[in-house]
Amino acid sequence: MTLDSLKLNQQVTILSVTENGLTSKLTDMGLYPGKTISVIFKAPFGDPIAVDIDGYTLSLRKEEASLVEVQIG
Amino acid sequence: MKISLVGNPNSGKTSIFNRLTGLNQKIGNFPGVTVDKKSGLLKSKDGSHHILDLPGTYSLYPKTQDEQIVHDILSDSSHPDYPDRIIVVADASNLERNLLLFTQVMDLGIPVILALNMSDIAAKKGLVIDYKKLSELLGGVKVVPVNARNGQGMDQLIAETVAEDTSTVKTAFVAGEFEKGHFQISDPHRQKQLVEERYRKINGILKFVIKQEPTKRSMLKRQRMADKIITHPILGFVLFIAVLMVIFQAIYAWAEWPMDLIDTLFLSLSQWVINHMPEGVLTSLIAEGIIPGLGGVLIFIPQITLLFAFIFILEESGYMARVVFIMDKMMRPFGLNGRSVVPLISGVACAIPAIMATRTIENWKERLITIMVTPLMSCSARLPVYTLLIALVIPDQAIGPFKLQGLALLAMYLIGLLGALLAAFVFKWIIKAKQKSFLVMELPYYRMPRWNNLAITLWEKVRLFVFDAGKVIFSISIILWVLASYGPGDRIQQAVEKIPEPVHQEDVTAYEKKVASVSLSNSYIGILGHAMEPAIRPLGYNWQIGIALITSFAAREVFVGSMATIYSVGETFEADETLIQRMRKEQNPVTGLPVYNLASGISLMVFYAFAMQCMSTLAVVLRETKKWKWPLLQLVYMTAMAYLAALITYQILK
Ligand SMILES: Nc1nc2c(ncn2[C@@H]2O[C@H](COP(=O)(O)OP(=O)(O)OP(=O)(O)O)[C@@H](O)[C@H]2O)c(=O)[nH]1
Ligand SMILES: [Mg+2]
Repeated sequence: MTLDSLKLNQQVTILSVTENGLTSKLTDMGLYPGKTISVIFKAPFGDPIAVDIDGYTLSLRKEEASLVEVQIG
Repeated sequence: MKISLVGNPNSGKTSIFNRLTGLNQKIGNFPGVTVDKKSGLLKSKDGSHHILDLPGTYSLYPKTQDEQIVHDILSDSSHPDYPDRIIVVADASNLERNLLLFTQVMDLGIPVILALNMSDIAAKKGLVIDYKKLSELLGGVKVVPVNARNGQGMDQLIAETVAEDTSTVKTAFVAGEFEKGHFQISDPHRQKQLVEERYRKINGILKFVIKQEPTKRSMLKRQRMADKIITHPILGFVLFIAVLMVIFQAIYAWAEWPMDLIDTLFLSLSQWVINHMPEGVLTSLIAEGIIPGLGGVLIFIPQITLLFAFIFILEESGYMARVVFIMDKMMRPFGLNGRSVVPLISGVACAIPAIMATRTIENWKERLITIMVTPLMSCSARLPVYTLLIALVIPDQAIGPFKLQGLALLAMYLIGLLGALLAAFVFKWIIKAKQKSFLVMELPYYRMPRWNNLAITLWEKVRLFVFDAGKVIFSISIILWVLASYGPGDRIQQAVEKIPEPVHQEDVTAYEKKVASVSLSNSYIGILGHAMEPAIRPLGYNWQIGIALITSFAAREVFVGSMATIYSVGETFEADETLIQRMRKEQNPVTGLPVYNLASGISLMVFYAFAMQCMSTLAVVLRETKKWKWPLLQLVYMTAMAYLAALITYQILK
């Protein structure tokens, strides 16, 4: 399951972050395997989404979120 | 000693820089406010030190133009800005992510001090940080808790920074990745693995350092609540539009009385000079050239102050980042990014900082399109032109609760915005790029703006505006006045002699008027204006407007000053007539109809809305794109767009 398909406020743990060639931006911003996160709100039309990482809010597009593999719990 | 400030975006580097140097660089609650390096001096007991404020970066591997600046300095030990010492500014309320960059910097082998900023926010979140433990687990690094907002801990930070014994950390946090002035790893995959490794180690350390005290969690809860409303699918947009409406209303309505006040003040100043100084060239230069020219600039201080105040509040409150978030999806079809919204909004104040702000857009194509279209947003220099022309040609009436003149101003802003979106859409097809578009951005906490910061910022902006624009307008007014008062040879004299002398006493005023206008017509500037008349007649303009177009080629705000100068030289100076009253009386010599009517007035506004009349903007575009091609293209396309749109407007309305 990937980050873009989550329901609001569902706690998940990151399994892996796929590289899309260009950038490791997502990892730089604190999305690394083992981290617990949740989607807390979405922009109008459901994209981009906002993720809670230890109380800080990261926004990213669904397209980028689909690179983040997660599991519930 | 050279000291650099390095840290994540929005961690408070510039706030600390301002505290250390006493300068007033721009701060804002938005990741990516500082996009260029800025230097200043720190004076301490043992001499002064160079402090360098840098753009924020999340890691030493740059992803954007502004992050590249940090990378370039730190990866090259022969760089003139290569620091002897680094202060890493970390947001204590979000330590894990901030420490990633810190551990990278620490491995560079430059003496480093860790400033834990935002200690107040960390406390509000119930985080108790064991600084000693942190220092110990990081291998003995100096850790100083600070609060850049109220200045707590700054003395200690300075003392630790300039202290003699700052030694580098002996063991690398992650071995083999960085060496003094040299980055070892160039494979992106390996870079990412190392970032993940650093995060795991940091996470391990923080378990011993941070204790989460039970709080009511009310701060986070309130933040989340606010976001639910502000980013709501419907409420969010309603709120955004309401915010914009309030800004326009304020600029239009609140600024009215101080503007009237300034206007009358300058008018009576001119009068006073005329009445109290001996008649002559100097007096008329002062009364008809310099004072109206200066008045033409100063009158816009109230509007510009309000505009900058609102933009400051949008940024400082954290709302601007949310605007990026909710607008992203809508900007994409135009080849833009949510981040383009910031340059577009601040372009309403001035295109120059707005174009600099595009540095935070990762994707080059999106950044370039944003640069190309931002000058179409109606900047504050256009405001004087709109205000004058609206007062001249739009009736002072109301439809229901809305004043026609206010609606006309709003329409001008919308025309600018639509023009920008349209141009963006076209550029999307012209500019080619392979790079992927993305948006990954921190949404900072909402925060109450600091009112004394607002005051300082506004003072800076207004001062700059008055001095920069003032200098230009002042000198152009003088040049224009000279060119309007003298002509080649005795051409003016000859033309005047051809006018029949008045026979009756009551013809004298009419005669004087004629003399004045014939003189202006035959002056240098009159000849120039007449020469370009054929090109602008289809737009509904006369040669006086032609002159204003020429003089405002380099800076559009010169328009009003030019008009003021032309109309005070051209007419015998009537007692207390304002510029608007004089312009309103201007008639077409052939038809006898007013020159400034609805059609020509709106056509002129449309021209100013689209035309690229700003040398400074072109210079910044050249600097940001590093190719002549882009500013030239911008100049050409905007001028063509302005001419065509004005032509169509006039031909339809006349
Ligand atoms: N509560 C609190 N706010 C702070 C503190 N230090 C800075 N701020 C606020 O944090 C925001 C960001 O400050 P800046 O100094 O612009 O941050 P920066 O690191 O220069 O940001 P960029 O230039 O975007 O990288 C501003 O709104 C400041 O008023 C602090 O210690 N406590
Ligand atoms: Mg800054």
